Amino acid sequence: MSAHGKPYVREVSRYRWFLRSPRYMRYMVREVTCVFIALHALVLLVGLKRLSEGREAWETFLDNLTAPFGVQLQLLILAFAIYHSMSWFNVTPKAMPVQIGEKFLPGAVIIGAHYAGWFIVSIALLFLAGVF
Amino acid sequence: MEIIKTDVAVLGAGGAGLRAAIALAELRPSLKIALVSKVYPMRSHTCAAEGGAAGVIKSDDSLDHHFHDTVGGGDWLSDQDAVDYFIREAPKELLQLEHWGCPWSREANGSVAVRPFGGMKKQRTWFAADKSGFHILHTLFQTSLKHPSIQRFDEYYVTDLVVEDGHCRGFTAVEMRSGQMKFIRANAVIIASGGAGRMFPFTTNGAIKTGDGMALAYRAGVPLKDMEFVQYHPTGLPNTGTLLTEACRGEGGILVNKNGRRFLQDYGMGPETPVGQPVLKTMELGPRDRVSQAFWHEQKKGNMVPTRWGDCMMLDLRHLGEQKIDERLPLVRDMASSYLGVDPVTDPVPVRPVVHYMMGGIDTDIKAATSVKGLYAAGECACVSINGANRLGSNSLTELLVFGRRAALSALEYLDNGTGTANESAITVGADDAQARLRELFSRSNGSETIAGLRKEMMATMEENAGIYRSGEGLEKACATLAGLRERFARIELHDKTNVYNTDLLQAMELGAMLDCAEAVTVSALERRESRGAHQRLDFTARDDQQYLRHSLARYRGAQPPEIGYSDVVITRSPPGVRDYSGEKSAGEKSAGEQK
Amino acid sequence: MSERIVELEVLRFNPETDAEPRFQRYSVPCMNEWVVLDALNHVKETMDPTLSYRWSCHMAVCGSCGMMINGEPKLACKAFLREYDGVIRVEPLAHFPIQRDLVTVIDDFVTKLKRVKPYLIPKQDQPVEAGEFKQSPAELKKYKQYTLCINCMLCYAACPEYGLVPKFIGPAAISLAHRYNEDSRDGGREQRQQEIASNEGVWECSFVGACSEVCPEHVDPAGALQQVKIKSTVDWYQEHLLPGSKK
Repeated sequence: MSAHGKPYVREVSRYRWFLRSPRYMRYMVREVTCVFIALHALVLLVGLKRLSEGREAWETFLDNLTAPFGVQLQLLILAFAIYHSMSWFNVTPKAMPVQIGEKFLPGAVIIGAHYAGWFIVSIALLFLAGVF
Repeated sequence: MEIIKTDVAVLGAGGAGLRAAIALAELRPSLKIALVSKVYPMRSHTCAAEGGAAGVIKSDDSLDHHFHDTVGGGDWLSDQDAVDYFIREAPKELLQLEHWGCPWSREANGSVAVRPFGGMKKQRTWFAADKSGFHILHTLFQTSLKHPSIQRFDEYYVTDLVVEDGHCRGFTAVEMRSGQMKFIRANAVIIASGGAGRMFPFTTNGAIKTGDGMALAYRAGVPLKDMEFVQYHPTGLPNTGTLLTEACRGEGGILVNKNGRRFLQDYGMGPETPVGQPVLKTMELGPRDRVSQAFWHEQKKGNMVPTRWGDCMMLDLRHLGEQKIDERLPLVRDMASSYLGVDPVTDPVPVRPVVHYMMGGIDTDIKAATSVKGLYAAGECACVSINGANRLGSNSLTELLVFGRRAALSALEYLDNGTGTANESAITVGADDAQARLRELFSRSNGSETIAGLRKEMMATMEENAGIYRSGEGLEKACATLAGLRERFARIELHDKTNVYNTDLLQAMELGAMLDCAEAVTVSALERRESRGAHQRLDFTARDDQQYLRHSLARYRGAQPPEIGYSDVVITRSPPGVRDYSGEKSAGEKSAGEQK
Repeated sequence: MSERIVELEVLRFNPETDAEPRFQRYSVPCMNEWVVLDALNHVKETMDPTLSYRWSCHMAVCGSCGMMINGEPKLACKAFLREYDGVIRVEPLAHFPIQRDLVTVIDDFVTKLKRVKPYLIPKQDQPVEAGEFKQSPAELKKYKQYTLCINCMLCYAACPEYGLVPKFIGPAAISLAHRYNEDSRDGGREQRQQEIASNEGVWECSFVGACSEVCPEHVDPAGALQQVKIKSTVDWYQEHLLPGSKK
């Protein structure tokens, strides 16, 4: 390196870097949704356990789920889960470009296919669950 | 001063420099190669070239056609043996580039595509969308990374060639990041440093095109050849001067004046061809010098469109349609939209001729060798000459490859045959002198000028007196102004006297190079009392083959203006004729060709 | 001719005289259609010749003039003054050491570029005399956008991963490797995998996507990196579930 003074290195804050721009904040919100997905998985696991513990435990679990706090929690989890899915759907065309001849399939088509698939699977599950 | 020992030093890492370095590395892997550039290689101005590179490849074309197009385009000032070599090597070089991964645009069947270009009878311009130079440069740069024997010195500004006993023994350079001068001790040097368009105020050239290598060779005693021939590119953006490729016209774009008339037909390039169906070598596909000159005449008649940036002609691409423009001319659309606020899909684009290329440069022979042993030159900085008095578009990118490689071959031959006995102490004195000169520049005080001020004055006189049309009176004024500027420059004081990345120093050295080159341009232009190709005189309007079918050679004389001498042009099979870009003649020629 | 006075707040740093960078204010008379680079040139030519920065082509193809303009990585030649109100803060490109004023040290990038073997490694050897490798327009389209990188390093300035983990090879270098991997003439993907499918390569990327947002040439490096991730994952499964099969 040069003998005439060293280049200056600008430090990047390890814990507050994402506060620097709205772009980074949006990224962190996307990442944070995984916490809620994990929460949802936890609720399911607890539910399974309660189911294995017999009728009373299961019904207490359901009561908790339908109580105001339980409903709010599930709505919150649902909101983040939807945002999680949406944000990932939106980037799939970049990760999986589909080329037909000299043109690429428009991103909207690929994203639309994901939403369509989501919709179909959701309806199927609801059907299996006896909702209709 | 640190001494860096190497076998061959390449000065400039654009298309020609990289091609030379790769050639050396491939031919002789044990060779130590120093690739020295004042910028990182990907910044070299080769990246801005857009249209393409010419090489005979299609079955309807022939080497003969390329030969005649080039020689005629050069107004018979091209050395025909060199042109022969050039056109022969061209297809091989372009194929080699393809083998190195260059993303040439393709035809449906997978073979490389070619497009029409100005002054060419047949389609032979290979292209990569409208960023051909960019792709060529990056292909070469990335390929050069394969070779560990190529050692790069990025952001080193070369200050002096060290010549001892008629042999080039390397050069001194300032390392920008430290401000330290280093001596690159090589036994062969290839200069590939580009042109000097920045001596003019309106140019397609980037900031770095300041004639550094031309000045180095010039000061070391090598003549600068044909410097008066400066090419104007007809379609530059009127505010920034940046380039809108000739391919706009190759794809069918038309040029109109304020009355909507395709005025080129009034200047020997008619008859008018159908819109969107260009006929090679006529109308908008005429050669650059003729098209720029037509603009000048129309402007004098008051037929150009006045805009806030001056008079312009309109480049109309609307009939091409959005799809074709996005596929073949995407950069053009982006630039017109961003910098002018005009979308070529919906509106005509105002353009004007801007300085683009220097046909002249370091005098080399057909093997890229100069009069100094061990010193070679290739690319825009050199003048072989294949381009003569006017270059055809898309010959230059090919020239980089052909002569970049040729210079490498010559350098290798020279090294193999013995480079003479070097007097190391005399050589060191040469390097130390360069160091002393640099120190002296730093030590000056009481200066009242600025680099920018002197530069502006230089540009103003070049624009006014050495433009598309010149006169004896104007050129004399320019010569006097430049002599004065050179004298004032010799006394300039730096505003920035620090060491680390001192761009005041950089711009000072660049200005010094430009002033020397500019003086070579104006004095050569004054002495050439004829009109030929890109050099047009209002006081000598005819071409004078009797007196001036020769190359001008400008020889450096220190503070004095250069001495101008002449050398013969090599004529082999194309005796000087008339350059005819009218449609009728072309049609006649075409049918004659078909009959063969 | 229309003019406006633009206030520029420019970072200055000279390692010989300064322990730390400082800001310098310039009031610059500008034309409306100018870009930040034009304003900087005006400063250097008429007010302060000591200001150092890189530039050349003024048409967004050489990649020299990358800077932080109001905190965003941009090419100074494409940052139009008309898009800014108030004081414009100009700083050197983030995540690179500052050499002098707006000039950064880009050695790290240059080294990484070389590591990924960014050159054609042909599938089959074919002498030049045999003519060009055939490549259909569709095959060209497949990798075309990844050839457009001008090495401006705006993506490195935008990438928070590179900012926090300097050993990350980074968007542009990996995208260039991907460009060759996708070129129908190339057979060198395996050779490049060692560098790019490593912890310093794509696996350091968490798909923030900032790189693609700032890229002036629309190369979409984020897309390239995710595609490399998918291919590398498929490789891994193939290797472990079907050992001995050709990739």
